[in-house]
Amino acid sequence: MVVFEKPHALADVPLHYCPGCTHGIIHRLVAEVIDELGIEGRTIGIAPVGCSVFAYNYFNCDMIEAAHGRAPAVATGVKRSDPENNIVFTYQGDGDLAAIGTAETVHAAARGENITVIFVNNAIYGMTGGQMAPTTLPGQVTQTSPYGRDTSKVGFPVKVCEMLSNVDGATYLERVAVNNVKNVKNAKKAIKKAFQNQLDGKGFSLIEVVSTCPTNWGLTPEKALEWLEENMLPYYPLGVYKDKFAEKEDK
Amino acid sequence: MAEKVLMKGNEALAEAAIMAGCRHYFGYPITPQTEIAAYMAKRMPLIGGTFLQAESEIAAINMVYGAAAAGKRAMTSSSSPGIALKSEGISYLAGSDLPALIINVQRGGPGLGGIQPSQSDYFQATKSAGHGDFRLIVLAPASVQEMVDLTFKGFDLADKYRMPTMLLSDGTMGQMMEPVSLDMGEVKEYDKSSWAACGTKCEREHNVVNSLFIQPDELEKYNFERYERYAQIEANEVMYDEYRMDDAEICIVAYGVAARVSQNAIDKARENGIKVGMIRPITLWPFPKAVLNAAADKVKSFVCVELSMGQMIEDIELAIRCKKPVLLCNRTGGMIPTTADVLSKIEEANNIGGDK
Ligand SMILES: Cc1ncc(C[n+]2csc(CCOP(=O)(O)OP(=O)(O)O)c2C)c(N)n1
Ligand code: SF4
Ligand SMILES: [Mg+2]
Repeated sequence: MVVFEKPHALADVPLHYCPGCTHGIIHRLVAEVIDELGIEGRTIGIAPVGCSVFAYNYFNCDMIEAAHGRAPAVATGVKRSDPENNIVFTYQGDGDLAAIGTAETVHAAARGENITVIFVNNAIYGMTGGQMAPTTLPGQVTQTSPYGRDTSKVGFPVKVCEMLSNVDGATYLERVAVNNVKNVKNAKKAIKKAFQNQLDGKGFSLIEVVSTCPTNWGLTPEKALEWLEENMLPYYPLGVYKDKFAEKEDK
Repeated sequence: MAEKVLMKGNEALAEAAIMAGCRHYFGYPITPQTEIAAYMAKRMPLIGGTFLQAESEIAAINMVYGAAAAGKRAMTSSSSPGIALKSEGISYLAGSDLPALIINVQRGGPGLGGIQPSQSDYFQATKSAGHGDFRLIVLAPASVQEMVDLTFKGFDLADKYRMPTMLLSDGTMGQMMEPVSLDMGEVKEYDKSSWAACGTKCEREHNVVNSLFIQPDELEKYNFERYERYAQIEANEVMYDEYRMDDAEICIVAYGVAARVSQNAIDKARENGIKVGMIRPITLWPFPKAVLNAAADKVKSFVCVELSMGQMIEDIELAIRCKKPVLLCNRTGGMIPTTADVLSKIEEANNIGGDK
């Protein structure tokens, strides 16, 4: 009996991520969902600029590499090219989605663009070597906040799910984590729902995955998970921030 | 002969794009190109196409990038400051070998500049439309009919060579009304299945649309390949028009609205006995170097007429290897040279050498 297999949607190539990085787990969850929904042949993924830039090599569906922050706009073009058939997702980091690409993110949500956004929040610019991100926590030390993020000078982190929950066009917003088995299972459920929403034509879904960057946090993989639990989760509480259709179904 | 209809340049261009099979238009409002977007907003929903007003020019060009990556004919239009914002996306289109049509209805600059006609984005269009090693095919219409024909041709060239094409127009061309024929013949279909990201249907390996190559030798290889394609374009796709050049001793070089003014000036100068003609580049890249260089062996001087501080003039001097003097007749900031301006520059050119 086979108990553990690579999802078909995940390419059979070694991933380049650092040991203990949660990008790999999140890739796997997305690929499992694509398999389970049977949509690989009609899915087009948009890779960001960030550590997950090579995502275009890791998924077996058609892939497009976008400029830094522009993935939601690229996804819009792809989705509109064949809205009946195409299933389109973006996979973006916090610098990509919540700094340089904020306008593209907010407006894709505002348009109710029928796409799925996987947002990996690791509170840092991983790829460029650990600079302060829009999501870097108050006091957090990074290469460009060497004395800790000073909110009196550089302001506060952007809470993406909270912010987008005020955008009427957004359909489904949930913040998840992949730091333990229970959370991984829940993350997968949320990602699946975000894709199912698109299949059902329900509009813009975004899943924020609170993640680790052991390398640039300067922590071992285990310590990084502890740091995430002690610092990230209190600032970025997990949960559903918006579920337009659930609200309707409840009424 | 196909029947002609009276149309405004910008609207004729938009209709030509639709007739060329473009069903995906993304843009952001800016004067003086708004008629294109307005026309698309009206027409696209009626024919199952997409008109989308983006949140910025950056988003618009990236939507074009997405639709083009999915294998569709896609376009955007803007004017100078907006094209500056699109330059990131234009570079990505070029780097990912994606076809698309970009319209620049130029206005005066730099900065916010003005809203009157200009040709001061010549450098931007032909030399530095974005970062990195790449070229754009740049087409310069000088009539409403050419707005139509070059839009049609622009899509075809973009698909044929898998690269972005720019139509470099200006406010005059956009606003002008002239009778046009919209009979452009068959739309040639190109097979995009080997590269377009439109779903594998689980029947093939995945397609990846990408411009990232971490290994420098690999990136170099792609750049070399792309420039081989550019060399073919330079060999095969140069377009220009000649006007009264047969016995010309002075050669005007002008494109777009400047060429129209120049044509009137040439007729006047000829009445005064000055042998002057014009070579009008229709492709600004590839630039009609060979014909200009050949002309340099016959004429005694050139006059470059342009609505800028002198941009195309550098390409003329390069093309003729500075064999003959090139005078500049220019207005800028949204001003257009008059026939009299051009005429007096022709007379100045005629006096060069003094032996006439
Ligand atoms: C226009 C542009 N600006 C800057 C960069 C450099 N850059 C590459 S990745 C990156 C940050 C990525 O951080 P994030 O989105 O958080 O992803 P992570 O690496 O943390 O997964 C930056 C600034 C770029 N490639 N393009
Ligand atoms: S730098 Fe950080 S985010 Fe990037 S792969 Fe390494 S651990 Fe992951
Ligand atoms: Mg990050």
